[in-house]
Amino acid sequence: MTDTVGIVIVSHSKDIAKGTADMVRQMVGSEVKVAFCGGNPDGGLGTSVSLIIDAINDAWSAKGVAILVDLGGAETNSEMAVEMLEPARRDLVVVCNAPIVEGAVMAATEAAGGSSLAQVKAVAEELSAD
Amino acid sequence: MSLQPETFKSLVKVAAEQVIASAPELTTLDQAIGDGDHGTNMKRGFEAVLGKLDAISAQPLDEALKMIGKTLVMTVGGASGPLYGSFFLAAGEALSHDKHLPDDLADVFGSGVNAVSARGRSQAGEKTMLDVLVPVLETLKMAAGQPDLIAQVRTTAAAAVERTAPMQATKGRASFLGPRSVGHIDPGARSSCVLVQAVCASLEGRQ
Repeated sequence: MTDTVGIVIVSHSKDIAKGTADMVRQMVGSEVKVAFCGGNPDGGLGTSVSLIIDAINDAWSAKGVAILVDLGGAETNSEMAVEMLEPARRDLVVVCNAPIVEGAVMAATEAAGGSSLAQVKAVAEELSAD
Repeated sequence: MSLQPETFKSLVKVAAEQVIASAPELTTLDQAIGDGDHGTNMKRGFEAVLGKLDAISAQPLDEALKMIGKTLVMTVGGASGPLYGSFFLAAGEALSHDKHLPDDLADVFGSGVNAVSARGRSQAGEKTMLDVLVPVLETLKMAAGQPDLIAQVRTTAAAAVERTAPMQATKGRASFLGPRSVGHIDPGARSSCVLVQAVCASLEGRQ
């Protein structure tokens, strides 16, 4: 399945990332590629750039990938991961400014309808409006 | 201030060891106003740098700095990874583009500081590592070429880290505390100070 935007969930906690991914899959089944990661390189709470890069590649779609994050370090490390992708992929990955659980579910639901990356990001970010 | 390969190697070693030694202090500071992982994160990152020390110091200086940056990015596991990583990546990049040490030290350091500011979308005055890095950059500019430059940089860094205590954090996890962040030294400013002081000490030892 490469004609829907992929979703990546990045939390400091692998349990939160996995739980969020489970909720997304409940909504969209296998229509949308979903990958998740959580934990620092030692497995403690935190995030890992190399795990984020792996997750982006796992969820890769020609339509792009939307990343949902929890707290600051997840966002900073996700932005770093995007910059470390091969140049052709960088412009097709966005980090959404949205709450992680609601944002991931909304983004995936939008993606399942075949929406563009910009539309998926916009729908997730409506949750952060006002 | 020449920078021969052996000097650079021992400088990186001293800096990494000082960060690792300061991990308990950084953790204590971060427990007060953050999530308490700054010490262990920095220790993990700089242990990885030490593990690659031979490979790093075998590179030309620009590539060596980029290698340090990439190692920190991949191993730290918190926001400080991309922040410190971006500093070294940008400093290395500056050296790849017509900048030379020691003449362009302030420019090279400034490239790193700009990268931290961009990565963190932050400025000095927000109780972050920039509150040490920016004053150090100013001293590097103002005191360039002066015989006591290193001593001035040490004094600047030590004073700058103390000035983060009365600041209220508006960036990072400490910003969640609002006014309760006041009265604590910022852990990122402290780790920046440790790094700057270690580099100064290493260079002074070789003068």
